[in-house]
Amino acid sequence: MSWILIGAASFLSAVLGALGMGGGGILVLYLTAHAGVPQLQAQGINLVFFVPVAVVALCIHQKNRLIHWGIALPCIFLGAIGVYFGVKLAMLLEQKLLGKLFGGFLMLIGLRELFAKSKSPPPRVDKNEK
Amino acid sequence: MQRKKRGWMFYPLAVVIGLLSGLFGAGGGVVAVPVLRGVGLAEDEAHATSVSVTFPLAVLSAFLYLRAASFELSAAWPYLPGAFLGALLGAWLLPKVSSAWLRRIFGAVIIFSAGRLLLR
Repeated sequence: MSWILIGAASFLSAVLGALGMGGGGILVLYLTAHAGVPQLQAQGINLVFFVPVAVVALCIHQKNRLIHWGIALPCIFLGAIGVYFGVKLAMLLEQKLLGKLFGGFLMLIGLRELFAKSKSPPPRVDKNEK
Repeated sequence: MQRKKRGWMFYPLAVVIGLLSGLFGAGGGVVAVPVLRGVGLAEDEAHATSVSVTFPLAVLSAFLYLRAASFELSAAWPYLPGAFLGALLGAWLLPKVSSAWLRRIFGAVIIFSAGRLLLR
């Protein structure tokens, strides 16, 4: 039974992860709320889980020419600084508190998405345009 | 080709993407998508580019987690087949879903997750 749940949870999380929309939240939630995995271990599993998801998704997105590396690269370099301090903080905090903080963070983001003013999307950047 | 100028907020927010990845092992994309949208990317481009940002950051985070011995790598194996298949479907779907629906699904998924986490 549990392998069906594992399959379903990982499949659903990966679909959302490849869409770039918070698939991680679902897997961490499944692991902590249903599988009884401690918060920090759930987060570690989620990070490793994201590797094949991202590789597959990136190959397809690259083929569809949807990735803007010129904007991605500065985000990656600055993000690496954040990773260092984020991991430090995760190790310092009590795991239960870490879980609550994660929930609060997701709630804020979700509410913002739902109640965001609907504005017209920016014009699509055509890479073949000269 | 039109692109909005990067405001000064772009730089601290890029650091925050990494901070979330390290702190929660997830959630970088949740900040990355609006940041990328803010510099003028279309909805599907913002989602795709966010994966290219969060991927190397997740690898770095996972490496630091492993070094701190906070989880067993073998615990992740059972989730990898589903990861592979789900990613194929998700990436195939991205250019086919309308951006309004993408945002709605995004918001609903996140609120559902957060509610479960906070109320359990």
